[in-house]
Amino acid sequence: MSTATHDTKREAPAEPTTPVGKAADYLDQRTTIGVLVKEFARKVFPDHWSFMLGEIALFSFVVLIASGFFLTMFFEPSMALTTYEGEHPANMHGQLMSVAFSSTLEMSFEVRGGLLMRQIHHWSALIFMASIVVHMMRVFFTGAFRKPREINWIVGILLMILGLGAGFTGYSLPDDVLSGNGLRITDGVVKSIPLIGSPLSYFIFGGEFPGHHIVPRLFTLHIFVIPGLLLALIALHLFLMVLQKHTQYPGGGRTDKNVVGYPAAPVYVAKMTGNFFIIAGVLTLMGATMSINNVWNYGPFDPSPVSAGAQPDWYMLFLEGSLRLMPGQGTEWVIFGYTLPLNVLVPAVVIPGILFTFLIVYPFLEARVTGDKREHHVLDRPRNKPARTGLGVGFLAAFIILALAGSNDLIATHFGLSINSITWVFRILFFVGPVFAYYITKRICLGLQRKDRELVLHGHESGRIVRFANGEYIEVHTPLDEQERWLRVNYEAPAPLEIAPKTDARGVKRKGYASDKRWQGLSRFFYEDRVAPVSPAEVEAAHSHGEHDQLDGSERQAVEAGAGSTSREH
Amino acid sequence: MTQKLKHSQRDEDIFVKALAARRHHRLAPVVLLLLALLTTGGIYAALAPSTAKAETVSTADIETGKKLFQANCATCHGPDAEGTDGVPSLVGVGAAAVDFQVSTGRMPMQMTGPQAQAKPAQFNEEQTAALAGYVASLGAGPAIPTDEQVDPALGDASNGMALFRTNCAMCHNAVGAGGALSEGKFAPALWETSPRNIYQAMLTGPQSMPVFNDANITPDEKRDIVSFLVEQREGSAGGNALGALGPVSEGLWAFAIGLGLLIGAAVWIGAKSS
Repeated sequence: MSTATHDTKREAPAEPTTPVGKAADYLDQRTTIGVLVKEFARKVFPDHWSFMLGEIALFSFVVLIASGFFLTMFFEPSMALTTYEGEHPANMHGQLMSVAFSSTLEMSFEVRGGLLMRQIHHWSALIFMASIVVHMMRVFFTGAFRKPREINWIVGILLMILGLGAGFTGYSLPDDVLSGNGLRITDGVVKSIPLIGSPLSYFIFGGEFPGHHIVPRLFTLHIFVIPGLLLALIALHLFLMVLQKHTQYPGGGRTDKNVVGYPAAPVYVAKMTGNFFIIAGVLTLMGATMSINNVWNYGPFDPSPVSAGAQPDWYMLFLEGSLRLMPGQGTEWVIFGYTLPLNVLVPAVVIPGILFTFLIVYPFLEARVTGDKREHHVLDRPRNKPARTGLGVGFLAAFIILALAGSNDLIATHFGLSINSITWVFRILFFVGPVFAYYITKRICLGLQRKDRELVLHGHESGRIVRFANGEYIEVHTPLDEQERWLRVNYEAPAPLEIAPKTDARGVKRKGYASDKRWQGLSRFFYEDRVAPVSPAEVEAAHSHGEHDQLDGSERQAVEAGAGSTSREH
Repeated sequence: MTQKLKHSQRDEDIFVKALAARRHHRLAPVVLLLLALLTTGGIYAALAPSTAKAETVSTADIETGKKLFQANCATCHGPDAEGTDGVPSLVGVGAAAVDFQVSTGRMPMQMTGPQAQAKPAQFNEEQTAALAGYVASLGAGPAIPTDEQVDPALGDASNGMALFRTNCAMCHNAVGAGGALSEGKFAPALWETSPRNIYQAMLTGPQSMPVFNDANITPDEKRDIVSFLVEQREGSAGGNALGALGPVSEGLWAFAIGLGLLIGAAVWIGAKSS
């Protein structure tokens, strides 16, 4: 339709003949939307599969809205008590439960397609969060958060936090034992906040936990407040993406001043439509064949039972893990009659606080230690920013270690290990693992950069061994083509910040020197170890002292030239 | 000689073929198969060991049991089953405890460790009954439950669910998929455990498990729990149960299957057509 619009507009006065054309013309005459559609249809986006990770999040959100819309038709967010009269499942028949829980059962067993919708909704939620995290990883490791996209990076973080909120509030709605356990932990975490903890918990639960208000309150948050905010921020996220143009991977002809790719219509319209159906199809298939969160297994909420294997959904697992790892003894202090429960406060408030602070602050921190105020539209290859890549992998390692620690009981039973030993191993790993991951990743990046240098200077190993008349052997190297070379040399390897001296010309101490010194220290941490890209001069030098190019062109020539000047591969 | 034999064989072949052609009806194999099945089934029904055995243990059986005990168990439990250092006395544990431990293969113990592991049973049913009879003769204890006591069809799964949730799920998982205990011990999964063994475990509290005596959970309630657990084996209403392990396995599958497929699709869509 969009193309039809601008075509009819462009080929001017001729009346549209097709039905689509007529409809488009009708619309355009009343809204002048054609201008906008034309503009957008011609907009160029770069092409890469990793740019579709965010699309997975977007479309699973669409599936979430659609299936959630269905579920709200049957769910009753009430904590009033009732007796379940349904025959299915047999193990719930005749039990006392909240209306929220019984309506969840009825929706699953009485409503046609209800269980399918519930399962699609839940799987979509897991995939939504998973794709957000993977999308964030892509953005982080390629440096797509740099100027001018810092704001969109923060919008993305807010989206992730809202996604966590949506997941948590939805997970707690059925009022089963498992989600009730989760709410109990939340209650404990809220209460661990010094001074305001207890009043805040009473405020949230409308009295002592669990009370009668929490499910309706979570429901309002889950179907109204959070999705509303999500929608608004997704709109902003996409708007900024279009406004600032999409980043592109480095390659020949791609600069910070252009965008190399395909137009939105018809290429991306087709690709996105296809991707939407694939995503909706996969999510439906998962909902149809894999059971998820069988709340009737856990039963209606009752504060007393907790079943083995009680864990939150995966995106909250790192919090569960940090709570499981924290030693309980000696970490609860009473100061002036106030309890400071560090055993809860540190793992449940401080640890996620550090993670989110790192994510929010990082773009600004990196710009500061790089001394970089320019715009960037060409992405970094992760290897070309070893410290950033290392830090990302380090934080990821901490996240994964915590998530594994949250599954320590399942690891124990499935691998025949002692849960106590696992806990101790993870306690140590939590501190050692990320540092180790940082170091190893950074070394790998530096190694890959050196490999790139090597390739640019000497070309690919061809595997062809040539013997000269004087008996000497050399291996012939194939030089890189232009595209390959561009990719490997066209990056920046910033040096640590240089700062003004401590004293000025007259020997007076300079203001702000101490602060500059600290920033310089941090900058050294980032850029002390660096591998500079090969300069044109170096390429020139390498080619003049070696005979690789000639050799590749014609072996005979090389042999005639004699082996004296041919560099041996070390 | 060979010539003659060949000749007679050929004659016989012709004769048999002729006979066969007349005798074979198209449905003959089916009838034969049915007959065979009936015969085997009948013989099995007549000869199969009766499970209601515990009440009738003869003195001779007790003697056999004693011999078996001394040969296989006395090293740890002592010649008179009174226990040794760190090994419990079996006086008063009852036939139910012996039947549970021996029929699940936990005893005789394969090796020392955090807890005795289940393995294929080392003794057959008669030997197990003899051992149980011997130990029961040492002091009064819980008897082996009757078939009726453990029949899942007679229990109320809904009530069993409520009881299981309050008393058992914290170790055995909400539907009996098992769970971890301290120092390498664990509450086993109950998917394969026989109703009789489930009942006996509640009655006798093997290993780390507490005893749920008949005052604590009545025999009818125990049967309700058995009924609930057996019902769980029918699978989940929503598709593959993924081990019934809860959100961790769901998360793993979300990444492995869901995100795996979707990223695969993204790579496919993003691949250059040229």
